[in-house]
Amino acid sequence: MAEHLLDVEDLRTYFSTEEGVVKAVDGVSFKVKAGERRGVVGESGCGKSVTAMSIMRLIEPPAGEIVTGTIQFDGRDLLKLSEAEMQDVRGGEIAMIFQDPMTALNPVYTIGDQLIETILLHQDVSKSEARNIAITALDDVQIPYAKNRMEDYPHQFSGGMRQRVMIAMGLSCEPKLLIADEPTTALDVTTQAQIMSLMLDLAEERNTAVLLITHDLGVVAGFCDTIQVMYAGTIVERGTGDEIFYNPQHPYTWGLLGSMTRLDESQQDRLNSVRGAPPSLIAPPRGCRFGPRCDFATDICREALPILHQSQEGQKVACHRASELDLKSLTVGVSS
Amino acid sequence: MTDTVPRAETDEAGALPEDVILRVNHLVKEFPINRGVFFKKQVGAVHAVSGVSFQVKRGETVGLVGESGCGKSTTARSILRLLEPTSGEVWFQGQSEDGTVDAPVDVAGADREILRNLRRELQIVFQDPYASLNPRMTVASIVAEPMTVHDIGTQADRLERVKHLLQIVGLSPEHTNRYPHEFSGGQRQRIGVARALALNPQFMVLDEPVSALDVSIQAQVLNLMQDLQDEFGLTYLFIAHDLSVVRHISDRVAVMYLGKIVEMTDRDALYDRPMHPYTHALLSAVPIPDPSIESTRKRIILEGDIPSPSSPPPGCRFNTRCPKAEAGKCDVEEPPLSELEPGHWVACHFPEVVQVV
Repeated sequence: MAEHLLDVEDLRTYFSTEEGVVKAVDGVSFKVKAGERRGVVGESGCGKSVTAMSIMRLIEPPAGEIVTGTIQFDGRDLLKLSEAEMQDVRGGEIAMIFQDPMTALNPVYTIGDQLIETILLHQDVSKSEARNIAITALDDVQIPYAKNRMEDYPHQFSGGMRQRVMIAMGLSCEPKLLIADEPTTALDVTTQAQIMSLMLDLAEERNTAVLLITHDLGVVAGFCDTIQVMYAGTIVERGTGDEIFYNPQHPYTWGLLGSMTRLDESQQDRLNSVRGAPPSLIAPPRGCRFGPRCDFATDICREALPILHQSQEGQKVACHRASELDLKSLTVGVSS
Repeated sequence: MTDTVPRAETDEAGALPEDVILRVNHLVKEFPINRGVFFKKQVGAVHAVSGVSFQVKRGETVGLVGESGCGKSTTARSILRLLEPTSGEVWFQGQSEDGTVDAPVDVAGADREILRNLRRELQIVFQDPYASLNPRMTVASIVAEPMTVHDIGTQADRLERVKHLLQIVGLSPEHTNRYPHEFSGGQRQRIGVARALALNPQFMVLDEPVSALDVSIQAQVLNLMQDLQDEFGLTYLFIAHDLSVVRHISDRVAVMYLGKIVEMTDRDALYDRPMHPYTHALLSAVPIPDPSIESTRKRIILEGDIPSPSSPPPGCRFNTRCPKAEAGKCDVEEPPLSELEPGHWVACHFPEVVQVV
């Protein structure tokens, strides 16, 4: 038994388009322990969802392709499994929850049918046993009158309820890893609070590892043990919640935190926004990919791609100048 | 008293204080529910906005927050008459260039000609920068369109103005001949802002202007909106579901639930001393990007979902989900919006200051 549940090494997932090859994930390596809650944060197009889709092997050729890398899960390389073996993993040992609970559920089957189908696929039980497991699963995600609601169709559920059904479906086969891709982005904030507290309770209770993919640093703060920040297809910083939030070492992480408006702060000053926009992933800039937007970039940043290395502060960071910059002392500075 | 009007804020029309630019009185918007294909019969109504009253002072930013379906966007669109209000008044009191205050005009009752002139003063920036720009028009024609419609200047003047506007919103004036698809989301939103600014408006509705943007781009656009407000003395009605963004940009904030304002006050009073149970729940649900604060925060988790606006519950509309609701009171009698502290309006039978942030 390996020390880590998930061990991704040098993953590269590319998509070919008319304009050229999009390097959506370009050399990503990370490990997740059993029961660990890892946040994957970054802005649209940084490769966080493609990383998740690659782990689930949901990248469809010929458009997309996992070019290199290994994904060790529980001692096996997922990239070497046959499609049939992979189908057992999906929904069985690794479950995934998507952003949009409406499109993730089939509108012409009842909630019960869809749950039972998943359970029968992965567990050696009879149909009536599967039905009981399904009802328990709906009970666990606090859907009232679970037994009656088995006969309902997805459109009879609200957005928050549908996401509960997705969580029930995901957890019904007791996976070791749950990948949640922006699970609350489509939901209102009070519903988001319901769903996140439910996920936290269930994951803790069952010691399920969670890979939470989100653009919302606030959601990550309350949920995750560890965080990795992605930018333009690479991981730029990785550490514990405290390390990332209180002592960011990468200028991008620092800029992202400075861009955030906070509920508990009454300041009407300008935000420390990051100037410019993310680069094209077809022709990423030479050197550090964040270089063109970084206020601290020097010659080395324009020449060499920084690799993720251990910083003196504890976390891992991919920045040439991390050791000399004192980002904590800079409260203002980056212009827009 | 069953109406929910802040009395002190709604004197008789024509007697608006000088510093007020917009006053909304009893605004109601209902969408009919029809049955039948050939012989349409109205069988009900969606009560999207049910008697909303508030006022906006010149130069300030009022935030209108609430969850999906609470009626915040419908309120804004009814104010601008992009939707025809069912009833109510919307008094706009503009200011001439020499600084004198004009006589108030009721936008809701204005005829075509008056409305056309009002449109110069009242503008809107939409949420979705992908859907709100015509993909077949160049940036120059998009930004110049308000001037074309109102027949302002020659074509050369308009192009000059477009270039100037693009510069103001942080785009390059060379971009005039490009099409929307050549721009990123943040840049498109800047184009939408330039278009709204084209006629030198006094009042702007910002309908979720940064919700579709990434956080670093969101910060850029928020900074831009604040700079523009300082530079041109604009008044904003800022609609958003993100309460931390609203805290950052607003002077005063109104919280809506199911078609009604439940609480309205100064920004810091709302976040530091909220009194309505819905505001408590809403604020406690917003995550704060700070692990140690998050680990000790208590969330008020609301039961159930928001009721349907086609059959809102009797009494207080929040009573079906409210942890403090008392049977026989809250489900019978609708609480009026009352001024419990100076400038702090709350519609609740059992208001109480709770610190949740």
